Parts: sequence; C-alpha cells; structure tokens
Amino acid sequence: MMEDAIVSSSVKGRKLVIDPVTRVEGHGKVTVHLDAVNKVVGARLHVVEFRGFEKFVQGHPYWEAPMFLQRICGICFVSHHLCGAKALDDMIGVGYAGGKQITETAEKLRRLGHYGQQLQSHVTAYFYLIAPEMLFGIDGPPEQRNVLGLIEANAEMVRRVVALRKWGQEVIVAVLGKRMHGISSVPGGVNSNLDTAARDRLLNGTDDLIGVDTVIDYAQDALRLFYSYHEKNRDMIDNFAVVPALNMSLVDESGNVDYYHGRLRIVDRDKNIVDEMDYHDYLDVFSEATEEWSYMKFPYLKSLGREKGSVRVGPLARVNVTKSYGDDTPLAKAALERFHDYSGGKASDATLHTNWARAIEILHSAEQIRNLLRDPALQGSDLVLSPPEADWTGEGIGVVEAPRGTLLHHYRADREGKITFANMVVATTQNNQVMNRTIASVADAYLSGKETITEGMMNAIEVGIRAYDPCLSCATHAMGQMPLIVSVLDADGKVVDERVR
Amino acid sequence: MTAKLYIDGREICASEGDVLIDVAADYGIHIPSLCYMRGRPCLGTCRVCSVVVNGSIMPACTARIADGMVVEVAQPEVADMRRALVEANFSEGNHNCPSCEKSGRCELQAVAYEVEMVVSRFPYRFAERERDQTARHIFLERDRCIFCQRCVEFIRDIDTGHKIFAIHGRGTHARIDIDVVLADRMPPEQVREAADICPVGCIIEKGRGYNDPIGKRKFETRSIRDRVLEGDKK
Repeated sequence: MMEDAIVSSSVKGRKLVIDPVTRVEGHGKVTVHLDAVNKVVGARLHVVEFRGFEKFVQGHPYWEAPMFLQRICGICFVSHHLCGAKALDDMIGVGYAGGKQITETAEKLRRLGHYGQQLQSHVTAYFYLIAPEMLFGIDGPPEQRNVLGLIEANAEMVRRVVALRKWGQEVIVAVLGKRMHGISSVPGGVNSNLDTAARDRLLNGTDDLIGVDTVIDYAQDALRLFYSYHEKNRDMIDNFAVVPALNMSLVDESGNVDYYHGRLRIVDRDKNIVDEMDYHDYLDVFSEATEEWSYMKFPYLKSLGREKGSVRVGPLARVNVTKSYGDDTPLAKAALERFHDYSGGKASDATLHTNWARAIEILHSAEQIRNLLRDPALQGSDLVLSPPEADWTGEGIGVVEAPRGTLLHHYRADREGKITFANMVVATTQNNQVMNRTIASVADAYLSGKETITEGMMNAIEVGIRAYDPCLSCATHAMGQMPLIVSVLDADGKVVDERVR
Repeated sequence: MTAKLYIDGREICASEGDVLIDVAADYGIHIPSLCYMRGRPCLGTCRVCSVVVNGSIMPACTARIADGMVVEVAQPEVADMRRALVEANFSEGNHNCPSCEKSGRCELQAVAYEVEMVVSRFPYRFAERERDQTARHIFLERDRCIFCQRCVEFIRDIDTGHKIFAIHGRGTHARIDIDVVLADRMPPEQVREAADICPVGCIIEKGRGYNDPIGKRKFETRSIRDRVLEGDKK
C-alpha cells in the first residue's frame, strides 16, 4: 500500500518517517534519511513521550515508592515493584548492600511473581506482537499481520496462547493479589505467603484454568514455532540486523542468569567478561549520553565509551551471558544448549535470535514456576524482617532482570521518610544504542538504493525494533493496530508526500 | 420518649433525641458519612450524610429524632447530592488511590464505591499542599486531607488533653497541622489510632503499610455498608 509513496526525482533527498512504530509498548517514531540517490545516510529511533515519574515521586513516603512507580508500566509492573522493594530493603538496612537478606519464603514469593510476569509478558510479545511476521512474512498483507490474522490462520495456537497467558496472570494474582499493579513486597519482605489452595489451583488446574503440566507443554509452542520458521528462513533470520553490542545480565555465583538478584556481568562477542560489578556501583561504571531528537538516553560503559561500551540487555543478552540453566529446568536447559551449539560458542548478535531467546525463556519461566510451586517454603510464615532503626541507610538500589532486560531503581530518602531522589534505568533505555544500530542496519539492507519504498520494507524496520519488545513508555498499551504515517520530506524538510494507514 | 418517624416511607419507632444516622443504621438503612463515628460526638463537617428531613436538607449525623419526622434518604436528588459531595472531596485534594497506603481501608474510597461514584463532575484543583513529615512517627500527607476534623477532636495529648492536630487557615488556604512536640509523645497505640480514624491516607504511620494483602484489606473483607449497619464504629 506504500508503493506510491515515492518522491519525485527533483528532490535532493528525503526522510522517511514511521510514526508511531506499531506493535510495541509505548510511542516512538523512526526516521530514515535518504540522499539524492536513495542511499540511507541515517536512521533513528525517536522516543517522543515524556513521563516524569522520577520527579513526581519525590516527596512521597518512601514505602509507597514501589507501589507508585510500578504504575509506570502495564506490562512489567512486577519487575518495577520488585526493583523498588529491593531498593527499600537496602534503605531500611535489610538489603544485600547491608549483608542481610530477606527470608527464604519472602524471596521465593518475590521470584514466583516475577517468573509469572515474565511468562505472560514474553508470551504476549512473542505471539501477539512478533509471531504475525513468522506466519505471514515481513511483507505479508498488513491486514493479516495482527492478532486477528493469527486467529484466522491458527485458532488452536491462539487458544493455547490465551490459556498460557491466563495461567501466567493467575500466578501474578496468587502472589500480588490482582492481575495488574498488585502489592506483595513491603520493605524487608512480603505481606503474604502462598496458601495451599492457590498453589494447588495453579499446579492442578481447574475447569477454566490449565494445570502446570499443560503449561509446560504449551510453553514449548514458541520454540516449536521458531524452529519451524528458522528452518524455512534460516538465511534471513541469521543475517537480519546482525549488530554488535556487549551483552549484560544479572548472574548468580555460577555466572548464569538470575532474574531476581546477582552481580551485573557484561560479556563481549567471544563471551569474555568485559566487566562485572555489584550493581550498587552502577553510577561509577555507567554514563549516559543524550540526543536532542529523543527523550530516551543512551547508557554506556564509561571505560569503553559510547561506541564500544553500549550494551544489549534482555533475552538475547541473557542467553549469551548464561552458560547453562540448572538441571531442575531440563527442557529449557536443552533448548539453551541447542542455541549455544548453533551460535558456535560465540555470543549471537543476530537481532532475530532475540525471538529464539525469548522462546527459550518462556519455557525457562514455566519450569521455574513449577519448581517453586512444589517448594513448601512458599507456605512459610516468616515473611518480613524488621531491622532496628539504627540500620537505616536512607539509600537503596534494586536491580532485577525484567522481561526486556536489566531494570534498575535507585532511591534516596531523608530521615523523616520522604523520597528525595529517584532514578530508574529501564531495559529499553539500555538497549537504545543497539536498537538504533538495528534500525540503521535494516534500513541499509532493505531501503538503500530503492526507488520505491514499500510498506513491507518499512515493516522490516519495525520487525527489528519489535525483536527487543521495547517498552517505550513503560506504560499500559492497548492492543490493536495503530496508525502508520509515512512522510516523505525533501532535504530541506518539506513534506512532499505522505501516506496514512 | 418514643417517637414515630418515616424514612423513605417506612414507619420507624425510635427514642426522641437519638441521632438519625444511628437510628437509620439500626433499621438497615445505610447513610454514608466521612466524619461521623458512632458513639462519638457529632462533627458535622463532611455533610456526606445529607438527607431530606421534613423537606429540608440536613446532615443525618446532626439531626435528632423527633415525633412525626419525615426523612428521605433514597430520593434521587439528595442521593446525587451526597455523591457530589464525595466527588468534591476527590477534586479538592490530590488523591492517588493506586499507590496510597490506605487503599482498601480508606473510607473515602469505600464511600465513593458505595455511592457509585465513577468520576468527579468537578474540575480537579490540583492544589499544592506541602507534606509534613517532621513528626517522628507520623507522616502527614496533606494532599489527602478532607478536613473531617476527627483527628482534631478525638486525638488529644494523653496528659494534658490538648489537641495534637489543628486546622489552620480558611477556604482554599485551610490545612491540617500537627504539633510535633505533642505528636512525638504519642504512644504507639495512639499513633495507630490516629491513622485508623483518619478516613483517608492523610495521617499515616511512618514506615508501615500494605501489611494486608489485596483481597484481605478492611473494606474488601466486609464493606463499609455492612460495617455501619452492624454497628461497627468503622
């Protein structure tokens, strides 16, 4: 439908605009700059909305911060909630910074909610936002590339996806009290354990809820779909936007991903450790660049500078950093080994391998949830540590591996209990540089030198962005097709053609 | 002396001089309120219990039973007026239920549900209200104050009987204040009582909150209507 969006031959150059980028969380736009012979000379992802949560939480009581700030996101609110809770643990003197740890029951409850969210978030992104291109192709009919097209093409797959998402949501409900923006963590622990009725419902299922064994089965659908898609499109998938970046993840003592806690490890393409740190030192290690054309910053390692020191976070980074999953998640462990074998011992820089990694993590989440549900520690009654006032530190930093990658909250409060400072570094911000590299790569491959720009070509750029499942606003976002506006401007910025979908 | 009165056409017998809002509750008729607490002196500040008594609108917490009284509670106009008064509270302050520690046990929130408020019909003022967190154990979130004066009248220094809370200023300049010296002498149970009787999340206990999980919070386990009708002091 975009075939007629061609600039006249008299213009010196032009700028293509995708505004907004569709099937992502939040609002962003892409501009691609072409010169007079249609060669791509620049491509950018602009994040054009501003939130301000870090400012308007100031002055609020510190113990309300995790409830307040989780409202920034309608998808990964559990991650924000937990990040805030970990920061408050630090603040009252319970956190890892002070050498004390919350109780076993509290930590496992937090993990359970976190894995439940990762399952439903990844399933949403993978099937509803990304899978349409797997089924219909990047240049397939736009009217088909959406969830309704999926239903028409494979209703049984969508039925299983809905059941899987619902189960993930019910895990969240069991821990946090409701499907979205619930409350579980309080400073020093959690406010409830998991009762046996909720546990048994999730394990065994009910008339309207699948049980955990079915979940493990359905959770493999994403991998099955990817393997089939990969088999048929190996060259495209392996060579689409292969962009360099370091890989960062929280890791446990074995150097494997830990979604709730650990040290921050950064590896290069050869999987050499470039840096590893206690995340409380993040301000010493990272700096942020800004660009006038975007509200999203560009973090990078100070020691390497912006070009070499930008990191990738999220599923692909995590499977690149991780050596192996535990024996208690055997299906995910085998899937990860297959990924590593395919990558030949190197970290993968292939953007569309992110979807492979996300499929592995769907299974990994499901197996981890099953293991936790079988753990009697979740019915424990030792829920909160209340340290003496003398342990108050007034400052806390929390980091978790959110579905989209490493998420950080940093708070300070005065002795009277008022938040005086808040900083949030979300995963999508960490990925800003690598996403821009992806856009440039795709634009060069698909658009450069082309007289006619088709909708499919423009969609290829969006496919590259969607692989990161970016949460551009960290905000609740309705499903459905958003308008796509492509503007063609001449080198002076004058609009010479425009098409609206 | 027994008096005969009518509430929404229903004949009721009660003692003359009794408080109308209590009598109505005893007969299963819920009249919402944000300042009245059964068994305590009437404050008459919130007006949310407004009903029609003998053709005139007045608060049910200040109305005393008299023989022949004709009371209308369910009349649509006065019911809408009660809803408007609740809505005005939301517009006047800065209420952020989703993250408020009092959510689930907040009377303003519970009453708003009770009167089926969906959104305020009045423009939000977005008033700038400075918080006061200087007391050792109490965080005063002025954004949420509805000026009910419960704390002013019912929370007093145990030794002297002096007020610990007071409202300074008038109209849009009114604000709840706290005597920090007296507040810091409050024993823990009195701090807890002050937080509990505050119908909103204005007086909150420092460092404490969200102890009850969602689904088990005060008004989730038993509605404010049931609590009032069963004689709870809320």
